[in-house]
Amino acid sequence: MNKNLKVLFNGVIKENPIFVLLLGMCPTLATTSSAINGMSMGLATMFVLICSNAVISMLKNVIPDMVRIPAFIVIIATFVTVIEMLMNAYVPALAESLGIFLPLIVVNCLVLGRAESFAAKNSVISSIFDGIGMGLGFTLSLTLLGSVRELLGTGTIFSLNIFPEEYGSLLFVLAPGAFIVLGYLISIFNSLQRKRQTN
Amino acid sequence: MAKLKSTFINMFLSLSIICLTVAVLLAQVNKLTAEPIAVAKAMKLQNAIGDVVPEFDNNPIEEAYLMPDGRGDSLLVYPAKKSDEIVGYAINSNAAGFGGNIQIMVGFDIEDKVVNYAILQHAETPGLGSKMDVWFNDTTKPSQSIIGRNLAEGALSVTNDGGTVDAITASTITSRAFLDAVNKAYAAYTQSNEDANTGATESEADDENIITEEDEITEEEISNE
Repeated sequence: MNKNLKVLFNGVIKENPIFVLLLGMCPTLATTSSAINGMSMGLATMFVLICSNAVISMLKNVIPDMVRIPAFIVIIATFVTVIEMLMNAYVPALAESLGIFLPLIVVNCLVLGRAESFAAKNSVISSIFDGIGMGLGFTLSLTLLGSVRELLGTGTIFSLNIFPEEYGSLLFVLAPGAFIVLGYLISIFNSLQRKRQTN
Repeated sequence: MAKLKSTFINMFLSLSIICLTVAVLLAQVNKLTAEPIAVAKAMKLQNAIGDVVPEFDNNPIEEAYLMPDGRGDSLLVYPAKKSDEIVGYAINSNAAGFGGNIQIMVGFDIEDKVVNYAILQHAETPGLGSKMDVWFNDTTKPSQSIIGRNLAEGALSVTNDGGTVDAITASTITSRAFLDAVNKAYAAYTQSNEDANTGATESEADDENIITEEDEITEEEISNE
């Protein structure tokens, strides 16, 4: 059990997919124009990660090595399509604001990367924990990134007003702001990590 | 269990079984969500129509028809009726904006006036062009609002082009596209209105009456027999 918890926290802090591994940058930069968008993208990816990790580690012995990539992609694509259909049916407004990036979770290298480097080598239980950990790390990072961008850009977080919109800088809602905020967050994360290690 | 070797038959079977299972699963989910997705889409359309025309009691989606916009294209017109009297039209119009196609729903009453509009789909710059959903219906600022404007007095255009509508700050292209979509909708609207006034709708109504009369006759005949 301890080992599983370690796997879980590993994904959130030590191997945070955004700030440390720098995986899945495309949806990270594109969908975090607001906190709610970042969070829902993170949650959708987390669902896909957990399900695909579990199924792939279950099937790891019946998938021959030479066809593992197509097999993984088919499994991942299935879960992405399922979540896409569910979101279109029950939260159409959210699905619309995520747009093309929802189906593009299929090619998010985070999902395939975890399938290949973790789920294909570990037990089902620890693969599920890895999925939860990585998904949580991804969701928290995206929510943080989205919150900072939304705050600096429009003066709100989760549509709650913090300061008047006129004082916000639109730059942060647009694409360049994504790169700037991501860069600063990575540097803050790195310096915190370094401090922790030296202590 | 030992890992399967990469022989042809193993690879073939493994991939085929995975694909088949997945296909069945997806078909089931699709069946499950098809109805909610259709309902959500219809709701969105219905809400957009309800927002842009005066109160009505018919089903505009069922009575929708295509009308030429005077530029070689056709727009979907949703007639809003109250006790069979036309009270307005919601028109699904579009134009090429700054970031792609803009789709709007514009509502007119029967006196050529804009009642309201709703943005159905757009890809304009967030914070700039995307403000069009509130910019043009701010009735406290008459120089930028298009609500209540009478298009019979001339097509709408932005002040930069000598018109009377203030463009969104830093988004003149979006504003032009938006007003263009409204003007296109008005062209389709005048056509619909003319048809309604010249009796196209009346004759339709007459046709319906004839049919019902015939039906009654046949029923009576049957009962007589």
